[in-house]
Amino acid sequence: MTYTKKLKPHEFVFPAGKGPRLSQIDIELTERCNNNCIHCLINRQENDEHAHSREMDTAFVKDLLKQAADLGCLAVRFTGGEPLLREDFAELYMFARRLGMHVILFTNGRLITPELARLFAKYPPGKPIEVSVYGMRPESYDAAAGKKGAHAEFWRGMELLREHKVWFVVKSSILPPNRDDMVDFEQWLTEIDGEDSQPRYAMNFDLRARRDDPGKNERIRRLRLSPEETMSVLKRSPIYVDSMREFCGKFMSPSGNKLFSCGAGHGTCVDAYGKAQMCMGLRDPETVVDLHEATLKAALEHSFPKLREIRATDPEYLARCARCFLKGLCEQCPAKSWMEHGTLDTPVEYLCGLAHAQALYLGLITENEKAWEVENWRERIDLFSRK
Amino acid sequence: MDDVTFDMVCFPSEDIVAREIEGELIIVPLVAGIGDTDDELYTLNETGKAIWSRLDGKRTLRAISEELATEFNAPLEEVGKDLSGLMNELIRRKMILVQSV
Repeated sequence: MTYTKKLKPHEFVFPAGKGPRLSQIDIELTERCNNNCIHCLINRQENDEHAHSREMDTAFVKDLLKQAADLGCLAVRFTGGEPLLREDFAELYMFARRLGMHVILFTNGRLITPELARLFAKYPPGKPIEVSVYGMRPESYDAAAGKKGAHAEFWRGMELLREHKVWFVVKSSILPPNRDDMVDFEQWLTEIDGEDSQPRYAMNFDLRARRDDPGKNERIRRLRLSPEETMSVLKRSPIYVDSMREFCGKFMSPSGNKLFSCGAGHGTCVDAYGKAQMCMGLRDPETVVDLHEATLKAALEHSFPKLREIRATDPEYLARCARCFLKGLCEQCPAKSWMEHGTLDTPVEYLCGLAHAQALYLGLITENEKAWEVENWRERIDLFSRK
Repeated sequence: MDDVTFDMVCFPSEDIVAREIEGELIIVPLVAGIGDTDDELYTLNETGKAIWSRLDGKRTLRAISEELATEFNAPLEEVGKDLSGLMNELIRRKMILVQSV
């Protein structure tokens, strides 16, 4: 007889009707970053004193973590900006770990020191550190990250993680300076322990999440891969079509006028200044809860459920998105709508184009067909997912 | 090999964090080497939970056995077998420490 049961976090299932109120919390420790990536939706300069002075202090973050633990939270994602810019990062990391949480760290790796690598080796995060990679060569990385010498620091960080056998995974963004690096990146993936070797690329970039820089938004729009270019990347994956068969069988149907058909608000992302958002993307001031004035529990149990009831009213949205069966392929959501248009329910043409390009490739629609006009969408999904 | 004796006094290691969430006892390894991989969690069955809550660094395993036998109206020998089995697992996984023998 065994008395202990060993489980991976995803295997841990509470009895029916039970379960933690919050399974994971995302915390943006700062919006400041030591990179200045040409496509970034959130970053501020690392020496931005105004941003720095407004950030949650150590005690506030610890209290937040404690509140999350009291709600049963088993994992925290520390993100940013670059979370390692926080001088109290190691303290917050250990505080979360000692509360019994796993830590997911999003980082560019440039500030990994021998001390931090030893800390991660002795007290493993419990989840792989997720490193964003902006190029495999100094000239490509530094150009994409907007900082000379950044590649050398990134690479030193990776060497430290490997030397100390710290579990990490990598993801990349396809940008003009690094488009020739994909083969090298994918080769490197095969050499990293713990990587599943399926490359992860960002290529359909979001606009500025705070709607704070129209000039940069124009540049981001130019950096986005077109639907055709996106398909050429997706098609490179040998598992793309098969994974989409399974996915489409589960997640494709029109969402009607209910705006939040996603998981937004069931969990939360707390921004660098202590505002609880319904998800990592949605920063519309009308939808956030100031945790200086309310508890995390109140946000999750009172504020967010009310917000989730918001219905779409935009006529264009109701005529198209609400009736479109490509919901699972389309990233249209209140967060993306707000970033693009400053409203929660305006169709984002770029995302619509991406979803239709995928659907066309997968045989779910024909050339020039609009998915919201397809009446026999159930048959099409059944046919595709059974193949 | 069974190294457990009933004179032992045991307590949870500082290298793990034990959490009770919705009635489930979850043991989260804190330092490397407790689990076979870094992302593992452990749960205890009902017998394990009853024993774990008594590992306070004060009571001997004998005292815990006697308490449980009384509380659950179970034969002392059977309780002792369960206790010994769990202790072996927890010691092997370095989740508890032995204070004295």
